[in-house]
Amino acid sequence: MGHCDGCPAARALEVPRATRTIALIGPPNSGKTTLFNRLTGLRQKVANYPGVTVEQHVGQARLDGGREVTLVDLPGVYSLTPRSEDEQVARDVLEGRMPGSPRPDAVLLILDSTNLGRHLMLAAPVLALGLPTMIVLNMADDLRARGGEVDAEALSRQLGAPVALASAMRGEGLEPVFRFVAEHSAPPAPVELPVLHDVPKCRAWAARMGKRAQYQPPAPPVWTRRLDAVFLHPVFGPLIFAAVVVTVFQAMFSWARPMMNMVQAFVAWSGAQVAALLPASPLRSLFIDGVWNGVGAVLVFLPQILLLFLFIGILEDSGYLARAALIADRTMARVGLQGKSFIPLLSAYACAVPAILATRTIENKRDRIATILIAPLMTCSARLPVYTLIIAAFLPERPLFGPLLGTRAAAMLGLYLLGFLAAFGTARVLKSSILKSEPASFVLEMPPYRRPTLESLGLRLLDRSKVFLRRAGTVILGVAVALWVLAHVPMIHGAAPPIEQSVAGTIGRAVEPVIRPLGFNWKIGVGLITSVAAREVIVSTLGTIYGMEPDAKSLGLQQALRHDLTLGGAAALLVFFAFAMQCMSTVAVVRRETGGWKWPLVQFAYMTALAYAGAFAANHIVMKLVA
Amino acid sequence: MQPSFNCRRPASLIDLGAGEQGILDRIELPEEISRRLMELGFVPGSRITAALSAPGGDPRVFRVDGSEIALRRETALHLKLRPEAAGGD
Repeated sequence: MGHCDGCPAARALEVPRATRTIALIGPPNSGKTTLFNRLTGLRQKVANYPGVTVEQHVGQARLDGGREVTLVDLPGVYSLTPRSEDEQVARDVLEGRMPGSPRPDAVLLILDSTNLGRHLMLAAPVLALGLPTMIVLNMADDLRARGGEVDAEALSRQLGAPVALASAMRGEGLEPVFRFVAEHSAPPAPVELPVLHDVPKCRAWAARMGKRAQYQPPAPPVWTRRLDAVFLHPVFGPLIFAAVVVTVFQAMFSWARPMMNMVQAFVAWSGAQVAALLPASPLRSLFIDGVWNGVGAVLVFLPQILLLFLFIGILEDSGYLARAALIADRTMARVGLQGKSFIPLLSAYACAVPAILATRTIENKRDRIATILIAPLMTCSARLPVYTLIIAAFLPERPLFGPLLGTRAAAMLGLYLLGFLAAFGTARVLKSSILKSEPASFVLEMPPYRRPTLESLGLRLLDRSKVFLRRAGTVILGVAVALWVLAHVPMIHGAAPPIEQSVAGTIGRAVEPVIRPLGFNWKIGVGLITSVAAREVIVSTLGTIYGMEPDAKSLGLQQALRHDLTLGGAAALLVFFAFAMQCMSTVAVVRRETGGWKWPLVQFAYMTALAYAGAFAANHIVMKLVA
Repeated sequence: MQPSFNCRRPASLIDLGAGEQGILDRIELPEEISRRLMELGFVPGSRITAALSAPGGDPRVFRVDGSEIALRRETALHLKLRPEAAGGD
């Protein structure tokens, strides 16, 4: 790396060399990620650091002259004392001890200028690292608007490092930041630093530095106070909270529906178009029945998930999420969880995959793991086709409470309740045993309200849909192909065998003794195997097996099921689907978010055991009642 | 406004009603948690104002050092106030 701005020879040669790496560090709510997005735009990717649940955000900033610089967005931390996983990762990256992550050439320290007294404390350990550092005093617009002041020049002299007063959200004052990112700079000049592990001394040091830079803290945020008086009002607060929850639900189940139908219709239509072009062969069947329909089954959830993330994004960026967490905290605390688990668990009613991604807002690792572990027990929308089919086949529609609630709706509600109780019961057990939190660990910072920007919402949607499509899509693709093979091998005269003679049929028969106590025969067994890809696949599998139209509303399929399944078996099947982790996308996302195979395996084993025991009990109880 | 004190025990953050202030004296919690709280601004000697709370009064938001932090009652109980300096403006 050399000082060769505008040096044509260097560019012409295109010598491969390590690019300059700059780490971004700052406390939570300092606007660090906003600045990262400003500098990198769409040129960023997210991964997990090896073996930990901490995300690695890496992006490229393109500078004048086409040069690129690598930026690493570290997790938000209040200090570099390694106590939490986040602090350990931040420290390891800054000291060059993180495998696969080179020691950064320079550091951007992002602090909230409206809260400098506290945020400046982080400057001490960062400057002590001795790396070239620029301190970005972010949210300068807010500081100014609320009558605060700081002398950046004077602060720079005090800290021995360049200081920029900027607003990442508005893109103000970023020229010096871009210059710092582009050019080599000297390590910080030696200055007076406090004893790093003594927090009160660090706080006093930060106050002294602020004072010498004529720091004038801003007036309290008037609008935040006014809004909080409404959103945290003893009566209106919970009402608004309930309205938000209802809106999110409505969006997931009503507004997303037309878009989901469109995606479904498009997948079917395009599949038919492609099928028409291919000659009839096993390969066409693999492509259409395996790949196309398998991926389509996942793609259909994308509108719902995008809408969900749009809502979560607005809630989080505006600052309301912290208030919602505050309101929900007491209720969640009853099962050992906390307020921040609420929104992810609400999302799990749509799909566990976005719910698990949404747990990223929970800083407490134990609470986050507990939320991830129980999320798939909430009734996701992939269970609905299965529930609809079985309930329609076995439960005659009769009014229960006048015209308000029929037997079928009551059964559906009962299944929702069952999933909810299983989730919260499990949370209670986990949080009072292996995932017990340290006492008094719940701390929730209430950021000022801010207007969400389209840019940040857009980037968030893009990031989440990429994760969803890549993780869920690739897993489903593999599983769909594997299941197609199981159902079509061994071929008889180049055509698929009847399903009972296929490998899937053989496996179904092999597992029959295991599932017979649940009231299932081998056909249901095949359905259980294929639905490992995604729950609703069992409907089309049963359709294939019984030679009926593979649709939850198909009367032929309902009749065939009534013929083959006792009432006990039907109840057992419903309970099995309520509890089992029949979803490879979820397994894949849990593995990614928890940084290893330990938790997804524990979860899969636990949920399968729960499903088996629950289905066994349901079968025997219902059979006793009927007899 | 004057917070009402129970004479038997030193006042803590839970004794502050909405809008009342106090000076933090000490944090009676394990090292790790008290460090975290100090990093968030709960440094002994700092002035803390109780603000709004969730319905039912728990958790409550506290203003300290220019930011707003919500603590559960079980935590706030262990943040003891300086008796002589406690009181409203």
